[in-house]
Amino acid sequence: MTARQLRVAAVEPLTPLVTRFRFECPEGGSLPLFSGGAHVVVEMPDDGVLRRNAYSLISDPMDGSGYDIAVRREDAGRGGSRFMHTRVAVGDLLRIGAPVNLFALDLTARKHVLIAGGIGITPFVSQLKQLQRLQLPFELHYAARSRAEAAGLRLLPDLPQVHLHLSGEGKRIDPAVILQGQPLGTHVYTCGPQALIDRVAEVAAQKGWPRAALHAEAFLAPPTGAPFTVTLARSGLKIEVSPHQSLLEAIEAAGVDAPWLCRGGACGQCETEVIACHGRIDHHDHWLSDSDHAANTKIMPCVSRFQGAELILDR
Amino acid sequence: MPRTEFTPSITTRPVYPGLSPVPGAAALMLADASGAEALIELALQDAALIAAAHVIYIPEGAPFGAALAALHPKHYHEGPSFSAILPRFRKALLDAHMGTRLYLAGSETLIGLAMAEALAAGLPVDAIQSDHRGSIARRMQCVHCKGITEGVTTDPFTCSHCGLTLFVRDHYSRRLAAFQGVCVDAETPGIVPELQEIKP
Repeated sequence: MTARQLRVAAVEPLTPLVTRFRFECPEGGSLPLFSGGAHVVVEMPDDGVLRRNAYSLISDPMDGSGYDIAVRREDAGRGGSRFMHTRVAVGDLLRIGAPVNLFALDLTARKHVLIAGGIGITPFVSQLKQLQRLQLPFELHYAARSRAEAAGLRLLPDLPQVHLHLSGEGKRIDPAVILQGQPLGTHVYTCGPQALIDRVAEVAAQKGWPRAALHAEAFLAPPTGAPFTVTLARSGLKIEVSPHQSLLEAIEAAGVDAPWLCRGGACGQCETEVIACHGRIDHHDHWLSDSDHAANTKIMPCVSRFQGAELILDR
Repeated sequence: MPRTEFTPSITTRPVYPGLSPVPGAAALMLADASGAEALIELALQDAALIAAAHVIYIPEGAPFGAALAALHPKHYHEGPSFSAILPRFRKALLDAHMGTRLYLAGSETLIGLAMAEALAAGLPVDAIQSDHRGSIARRMQCVHCKGITEGVTTDPFTCSHCGLTLFVRDHYSRRLAAFQGVCVDAETPGIVPELQEIKP
């Protein structure tokens, strides 16, 4: 992955849990432009562990003067967001990857309906700027618990197409109402908790929407779990994966070059052949099919873990 | 009339897997004489689907109108030709929302023309099902003069606009609802392969 060192230009709390970070080129200069829904991977040297977390870009896709991301602090997480919140200050240098988009707008759509839950608002912030620039019809529905927790309120434009659903104020989001009566050619994009994504898919299926009109981004943080041992057959190495480390991070820490892109179980780039599996793979990805998961012949090391006697990978 | 079984061809050649009921917000159905029985069979699978459907039928002299009307669709309309039912079909598409499913049955030309209208109206291609029955005559576009020759049953054939002798390709345009016809004797003027009847 092409990563470059960028300077932290701003750190701004948006809510008690969500902070905006801005990265700029230390030499001045312009960064590559991107498209709405793109993300970058931020490298965090955290006490000997190199973490790489993906964050959606929330700045204007056509503005190369810097990249903005919004990070929600997850205290129960593995430490990446805590690192960003507690260790990163203005002026620091961090390595940031080139933008990658796994949640792009389908520009053949006649209308775009965006549905966000909580911090899932982030990819839509840049999509909204793209939609406005292209003058395409859209509506955005943003569900959050309360005004105080809704970081998106600070990031979204004041437009009649932006609808707020605050459950704390008794206005719960209802996908059935949102999908009702949409014009032909509408596409729906959902980002947020898995339950929201599933609910939108379920309602759309009931109403007869074709699957190709539905898009969702379910980025996963790699789950924590019990430590385990993995044998990398091609490299001739036996490595330990610690509780707060992903298998991919352990492979990288051992000096083995493995492919990756989203680091969240969505893109399929890190798919690895399993040579032998005596035990159980805890598949957490959205990439492999159910039959692949059952067969235990492939693993997505960015999010999946293992329990048992022996796991040998073709890596 | 039974479903047509086509021999496998290139990927742009349309395939017509048949109709099966899909739950949805609304159903729009269109059939000609050879496709009417496909809608009747669909109704046998799901009476509720047809009860809520808008059915448009082009009888072309066939006797299925009474049987279709007896299924008691929400709206039933007969018209003598595709161009006669087109204003109504366009209005139905204009009023349709996401979740509407389109069921097409009959000749390739009817399916193709109706699908092109629906796609232009914004209906997703995955919301369209089709069942080919009856004639396999093709609607051909001459790639040289762009004229459309309807009802082509032989290969090669003569372009009804520019008079070139055209080879019948399986290369199909969903936008034009037509197959591509290419000059068969461009490099050897006058030397034309023997005329063959088009096979499914």
